[in-house]
Amino acid sequence: MSDELDEIQAIFFEECTEGLLAAEQGLAAMQGGDTSPKTIASVFRAVHSIKGGAGAFGHAALTAFAHRFENVLDEIRAGRIAPTQGVISVMLGAFDKLSDHVAAAQGTMGLPDDAASLAALEAILAGKDVAPAAPVEAPVEVAPPVVVESSAADDIDPFGFEPVTVAIEDFAATDAAPMLPVDPEWTILFAPSRDAMANGAEPVLVIRELEGLGARVTDVDISGLPSLRDLDPEHAYLRWTISLPGDVGEDQIGDCFDFVAPDSIVEIMRTSSEAPPPPAVAPAPSAVVADVPLREPGAIHDLLHRVEVASPAIAAAAASATATPAAEGSAKRDPRTADTASQTIRVDLHKLDMLLNLVGELVIRGSILSDRLSPADQQRVELPEQARLTREIQDTVMSLRAQPIRQAFNRVPRMLRDLTAETGKQVVLETQGETTEVDKGVIEKIGDPLTHLIRNAVDHGIESPEDRLRAGKPAQGTIRLSAAQKGARIVVTVADDGRGIDRVRVRAKAIEKGLIGADAVLSDEEIDQLICAPGFSTATTVSNISGRGVGMDVVRSNVEALGGRVDISSAPGRGTTFTLVLPLTLAILDGMVVRLAGQRFVLPLAHVIEAIRPEPGQVRATTPGSEVIEVRGTYLPVRRLTQIFGLPDVNTLPPEESLVIIVESETAGKVGLIVDTIDDRREVVIKSLEQNLHPIRGLGGATILGDGSIALILDVDALVAPLSRTLTRGLAA
Amino acid sequence: MSKLILTVDDSASMRMLLKTSLTAQGFSIEAANDGVHGLARMHEVQPDLLITDINMPEMDGFELIEAVRALPQFRGTPILVLSTEFSDEKKARARSAGATGWITKPFEAAKLGAAIRRVCP
Repeated sequence: MSDELDEIQAIFFEECTEGLLAAEQGLAAMQGGDTSPKTIASVFRAVHSIKGGAGAFGHAALTAFAHRFENVLDEIRAGRIAPTQGVISVMLGAFDKLSDHVAAAQGTMGLPDDAASLAALEAILAGKDVAPAAPVEAPVEVAPPVVVESSAADDIDPFGFEPVTVAIEDFAATDAAPMLPVDPEWTILFAPSRDAMANGAEPVLVIRELEGLGARVTDVDISGLPSLRDLDPEHAYLRWTISLPGDVGEDQIGDCFDFVAPDSIVEIMRTSSEAPPPPAVAPAPSAVVADVPLREPGAIHDLLHRVEVASPAIAAAAASATATPAAEGSAKRDPRTADTASQTIRVDLHKLDMLLNLVGELVIRGSILSDRLSPADQQRVELPEQARLTREIQDTVMSLRAQPIRQAFNRVPRMLRDLTAETGKQVVLETQGETTEVDKGVIEKIGDPLTHLIRNAVDHGIESPEDRLRAGKPAQGTIRLSAAQKGARIVVTVADDGRGIDRVRVRAKAIEKGLIGADAVLSDEEIDQLICAPGFSTATTVSNISGRGVGMDVVRSNVEALGGRVDISSAPGRGTTFTLVLPLTLAILDGMVVRLAGQRFVLPLAHVIEAIRPEPGQVRATTPGSEVIEVRGTYLPVRRLTQIFGLPDVNTLPPEESLVIIVESETAGKVGLIVDTIDDRREVVIKSLEQNLHPIRGLGGATILGDGSIALILDVDALVAPLSRTLTRGLAA
Repeated sequence: MSKLILTVDDSASMRMLLKTSLTAQGFSIEAANDGVHGLARMHEVQPDLLITDINMPEMDGFELIEAVRALPQFRGTPILVLSTEFSDEKKARARSAGATGWITKPFEAAKLGAAIRRVCP
């Protein structure tokens, strides 16, 4: 059972993450001037849900903090506190503390010091009473260190409620009546109000429950019953007198009347030999005797009750038995319709990975079958249909793993707040394309690179407000974070409008560090690439933020490990843009199988533009070792894979008898690759080489073809990257 | 015949918690994640009892209760609110919308079970 609770708690923490994201987006919108009820409600609901779950799982400190936060949000929601920028800034601070509390509840960090934040929230609440609608800017700054030391788990009573840990297995125990010394009997007078049977309530159930505690009905006053003609079967007319053993707890009795309609009379008293004490408990909000009509005779109602109570139960049971299968049927709709989109289930990521791997195997088996069966046999066993289904399964599984890249972006705003507070720089964040969907594995792995890039941009890119004003720029710097899908790749850019890369300094530093020779001739792009070299750092003082000299080469190696690439472009005084080009998925690739010197290779189809059988003279040498192909009036560089990989040239054909595949790459634009023939076009399952081998430039992995042989997958971008860049990399490494 | 309860809450962990603790007490549980789906599920499962949260996207608890009560077949179906809120104002609003009772989160499984049996024997 505790495993089950752990599992639910894990889901709760996922919800916390989602809730925090929603709250942060809402707060950011509020900061931007959107204080619509809908936005405020979204923040309120997020914090409220976190509080609710935290209470259920006994996270007292988190509950207490969320509760205080929620109180302020509730006041804003009700229009009693104006959401001024001052108030919103306190909210953002409280949001950060709330995130810390969630982390603390998860055990990933210690309890945060939330005293200042609580005091600020408290000041806002207090300010409300002084000046109801007035802006509450001031108290934020001068918040007195009042009240609150409630981060301690045992100090949540002032908030008026106490979290209760759910004890799933012990439910039988709590019902046991406490053993008290012999007490005088209880006498209860119960007169349900006329409409006590509205809203599905049933006063008879109260009496049944009391009977379960040992009660017996000593008197039923039927004087309120009207004549049969005037009787409304949905109204209550009777009043009961009930006696109960004296050892039953008063709370227990009170609980029984929990849901009794307001205006009912409930009097609970001890029947001692002396005069009865005044009524002890009246759980119904008000007990007004005069509301209860007690006049007319008649005695049918109690009887009617029993019939009514029995029949709806039977009817409902019968209805549910027939309704459930129908419900299941109607639930089987296209999962993509908007109607059901919000209905989700959570799946262990490992199971998804396993599924993905299995689908990969299925794809390979399909390829093997199509290789081994003749076209006629393929038709006979309906292999094309099988292949179509496999492809659909594959697409669906891939889409299961796709997540909006927002998940990787969402930690940026908070980081920026911390960074700007630390550096005194002013930075505004603009994001674009957060809904771009990327494989979950990619999202997980670009978090760190993104963090480094943002830090880098604030620390090295954006200037201090004074410097910016001197340079004729607005004091506030801008960082643009964007994502977009381009073909089978995701392009993520981090652009700042800061000072740009200081190439003179970078060059000097690289020489000093021995990364390049003092007389090396490098282009601007090559110099920019140097900042990705291991151990390179131009920061003269090592700040807390970046400048430890590990950032950029970690960025590059992380992104390359994903099969991606980092491009840098920088304009002095105008800013720097880092572009991460990432694969859309990590598992399956649409590829063209080509043959070269007797070996087979897979070209990712996303890069392939066309295949050309060159006419004599269409491919010509320019300088020695360098060839171009003329395609419809333009000249494109041509590469021989045999040369790049050092394959024996003996089997290769003259250009006229081979094929030129025109590929497009992010690094070098369009390039022709000379191969012998095209074998096939197929989906291949990428098997990583790096678990077994060192990364090899130009190779993205390997796959198993239909006949069981192995083909290497070409990494087109790396393969056709300009030689100068390759040179720089060589120098950097 | 175990009682069939429809729980409506936008938090998956809360739905699971309800399902786990109430199934252990012999109830059958169906769930929905907001008022709109809750209303649709009411028609589909015809539960003996509806337990709903208040603060939910789309249709909130108050609106759900009103919508359910407006349907003749659910006039007598007990509806319990399960919410972290506990102001008298909200409780009164729930009552006038047609709620049978109010339980404050966080709940203790045994007490929740007892409360349910109070309206749904």
